[in-house]
Amino acid sequence: MRTTVDTYRRPSDARRHFGQFWWVYLLLILFGTLMMAPLFWLLSSSLKTEGAIFRLPPEWIPNPIRWSNYSEVFDRIPFARGWWNSTVVTTLATLGQVISAAFVAFGFARLRFPGRDALFLVLIATVMIPYHVTLIPTYVLFRELDWLDSFLPLIVPAWFGGGALYIFLLRQFFMRLSFELDDAARVDGASIWQIFIGIVLPQSKPALGVVAIFSFLAHWNDFFGPFIYLNSTDKYTLPLMLRLFQSLESTEWHLLMAASVMTAIPCIVLYFVAQRYFIQGVVFTGLKG
Amino acid sequence: MATASKTLVQGLTTTKPPFLNHRRREAIGGYLFILPWIIGVVVFLLGPIAASFYFSLTNYQVVKAPEWAGLANYRRLLNDDLFWQALKVTTIYVAISVPLGLVLSFLVALLMNQRVKGIGFWRTIFYLPNLIPLVAGTMLWLWMFNPQFGLINGFLARIGIDGPLWLQSQQWALPSLIIMNLWGVGGATLIYLAGLQGIPTDLYDAVAVDGGGAWAKLWTITIPQMTPVIFYNLVLGLIAGFQVFAQPLILTGGGPRYSTLFVVLYLYQNAFANFRMGYASAIAWALFLIILVLTLIIFKFSNAWVYYEGDTRKR
Repeated sequence: MRTTVDTYRRPSDARRHFGQFWWVYLLLILFGTLMMAPLFWLLSSSLKTEGAIFRLPPEWIPNPIRWSNYSEVFDRIPFARGWWNSTVVTTLATLGQVISAAFVAFGFARLRFPGRDALFLVLIATVMIPYHVTLIPTYVLFRELDWLDSFLPLIVPAWFGGGALYIFLLRQFFMRLSFELDDAARVDGASIWQIFIGIVLPQSKPALGVVAIFSFLAHWNDFFGPFIYLNSTDKYTLPLMLRLFQSLESTEWHLLMAASVMTAIPCIVLYFVAQRYFIQGVVFTGLKG
Repeated sequence: MATASKTLVQGLTTTKPPFLNHRRREAIGGYLFILPWIIGVVVFLLGPIAASFYFSLTNYQVVKAPEWAGLANYRRLLNDDLFWQALKVTTIYVAISVPLGLVLSFLVALLMNQRVKGIGFWRTIFYLPNLIPLVAGTMLWLWMFNPQFGLINGFLARIGIDGPLWLQSQQWALPSLIIMNLWGVGGATLIYLAGLQGIPTDLYDAVAVDGGGAWAKLWTITIPQMTPVIFYNLVLGLIAGFQVFAQPLILTGGGPRYSTLFVVLYLYQNAFANFRMGYASAIAWALFLIILVLTLIIFKFSNAWVYYEGDTRKR
């Protein structure tokens, strides 16, 4: 994304700039405030005492600031457990998606075999299939396998193809890589496997990074899968843990907000660490994280 | 000369067996590499779709084997007031929130495309809400919509408006969900922004030469050039809109008085609360067909308004 702004050599240039663009700044501040207000409210509520939460009119700056809300979350619900569960599920599922999507994409992008293009069309078509159509039979299948209330339904499917969108993204990337190195390696007697591991993958780190980021976010944030397949509280992932606050007699908003902030932190950190990949990925896949 | 080239050809064809062998090896390798996907598609996609259609023709309550019921589930669907209510709620939601989101994110993208100072900072600000996990964000809005102590009614009270009950009001619950959804415009904005930056600047210069202003540039260049991206966002928005589930489940549970009963929520209630798996499968298929038909219609009419570079059919 280019953000070229001419440097102002004279004060009059700056004045002309603001004279021309004052409305842009005005709208940015207006819309930006609207977008940020809920986030600020989230942070503010997470630092309030229970008494301050129910004060009228609502206060923006918590007084006093109560950091201990964050540690209290761990006392009230098995939040550390949730953190661990989310980490296990997200890591294994992300690993599965990246690895299997890379395999499949390599097959579609760099190898020739009968029926390849027809199969690729099938792959594209599967993007359109809504998850709810497959929900019930998949549930029945996992029930038959005795996988309910385990992490397996959340992890195992990720290892089989890893999602059509990710395969598509990686395939496009692999196709753009030059075939020269492949051919040279083949002449030297390299196997397909060696070309995949030694030549194609090392050149594809940016694309693999995009897939890893979006896969991570999708699994970290996933509500539906854990909601359907997990029953016992000690297996809950973080999104399910948040709901535990709802089922208490009266919602403890300050704790719920603190827990929500903690759930969001890995995603926000990831964004700032890998901003460049992020933007490429959003643009390419249309995924919103 | 002729014989020389003939022997040359023969010389080439004698290398054919190893070449073929190589091709076959490559083909086997290809199938092996895509094997995980093939298994995945059969086991987790095509198989379940077929099974789901079969279930929709049966009485199935999980504990017992499915009993054939013919079209009974579908007939029942047609007379099920709650299903129609769910379809109505979902349609209203999609019909309002999708176009609203499309227009708003487009406008924000136009704003983000202005060359002003610190625009990178603003882009981050607008994208930030998308980084909040769905459930965390939904909890936040549940708190914001709290009629007594929430931020929204607190703000309204300050400017002298007595705010509604929002999620607890039959009238306002669905609009609340639409408002919440608009908070996430940043995702679509980013896609538009990439499109805007890909428009060749000489097109704008041509309009300027003809004496056209900013308005003319927007209507004759920007919007036509952006139609493929608008189309893409439209299809994505539709598919996502028809599948809304977590938000109503967490915020309202479908209420008050079914005013936020979305189709997938109703499907879930039938399948996992009442264990009517057969009926729930019929709901799933009905929704699937609706999404499919809508998408096909949109694709069909897209020729009329979506502009593709070098498209000869377009006049």
